[in-house]
Amino acid sequence: MYSFVTTISAWAIPAIVVFIPLYAYFRRVPVYETFVEGAKDGFQTSINIIPTLVGMMVAISVFRASGAMDWMVSLFRPLLDMLGVPSEVMPLAFLRPITGAGSLAFTTDLIKTYGSDSLIGRIASTIQGSTDTTLYVLTVYFGAVGIRNGRYALKVGLFSDLVGFVAAIIVCLLVFGFISG
Amino acid sequence: MLLVGFIAAAAQGRIEAVTEAVFDGAKTGVTVSFGLISVMVFWLGMMRIAEDAGLLKRLAKALGPIVRYLFPDVPRNHPALGFIMSNMSANLLGLGNAATPMGIRAMQELQKLNPSKDTASPAMCTLLAINTSSITLIPTTLIAIRMNFGSENPAEIVGTTLLATIVATCAAIAADRWYRRRSNAPPGMTTRRKSGLPAQASVELPPVPD
Repeated sequence: MYSFVTTISAWAIPAIVVFIPLYAYFRRVPVYETFVEGAKDGFQTSINIIPTLVGMMVAISVFRASGAMDWMVSLFRPLLDMLGVPSEVMPLAFLRPITGAGSLAFTTDLIKTYGSDSLIGRIASTIQGSTDTTLYVLTVYFGAVGIRNGRYALKVGLFSDLVGFVAAIIVCLLVFGFISG
Repeated sequence: MLLVGFIAAAAQGRIEAVTEAVFDGAKTGVTVSFGLISVMVFWLGMMRIAEDAGLLKRLAKALGPIVRYLFPDVPRNHPALGFIMSNMSANLLGLGNAATPMGIRAMQELQKLNPSKDTASPAMCTLLAINTSSITLIPTTLIAIRMNFGSENPAEIVGTTLLATIVATCAAIAADRWYRRRSNAPPGMTTRRKSGLPAQASVELPPVPD
């Protein structure tokens, strides 16, 4: 299990990075010019998130420094300890469906505090990567066509966030748990 | 969150910690955004190449059978299906900015088929189920952040993310199917598909606010 997952991790990016330009080259697409064109977008996107990220990081930083975070985490600690799950990732379960920037900031804060290669850092990264901001997606998509009654869409979205959250923890425990402890 | 933190700090007489945390947080926010630039610039450049080379379209085509299976009530050559495929393939490649406009176009097309205009149709719910659990092949942002904080192997989470996201998406589709069947199918049709949800899911976590 461990070697399989790490193999995917190691190969995915190199494979894509080689395959795409090669494919484009044979399709006679001007590879470099196209790359530069798209890369400009990437720059814009990163700059655009600075204000939101700063705002969210400040809020989370204060929340943590004041001790409020520790208090919240300690509520879940007994149960999660029993299952071998680091309780520090718990707040992410509440933040993730509500705010994309907020949970990204929280994940960043965890990585900063505990280290990228800690179990907490890895779990947080995986959770952040494998779930989405359900409420935002619902608002945008339903809002765009004027749907007021979303029926069961919210339940399905939150359910999949929950499953993603649990799956991320289990997968990380299986893959990394016995190595970093 | 800010307010709770402020109150908690005041109550413990640690108000100076708040000041420090404010500036520390702001600094991290900017550092992280700048750290993102390298990966985002490179990745979106790559993805533009993929788009221009027609890879996105090919991927969309390959998704055709899955999409038709997921949206049985949309006519086979309806434009909505095309937008749904583009939306899914953009999501797969982590192109959130490209996925949203496509998804909204798909919603508009589905709205034309919708008999009651202010209530979501089953097809719309399915589209949202796919989008809220979007499968991501490469979580670029996270890799950038991990790189920023000195990870020895920033990409090591690609595999775990992929696994978790597949499970989440399967669960979303299964839940969507279940609700869909419950809301409009006659009783007796029982081809239940169980998701890969582990049994401890309900014990391990407190209920998510609904």
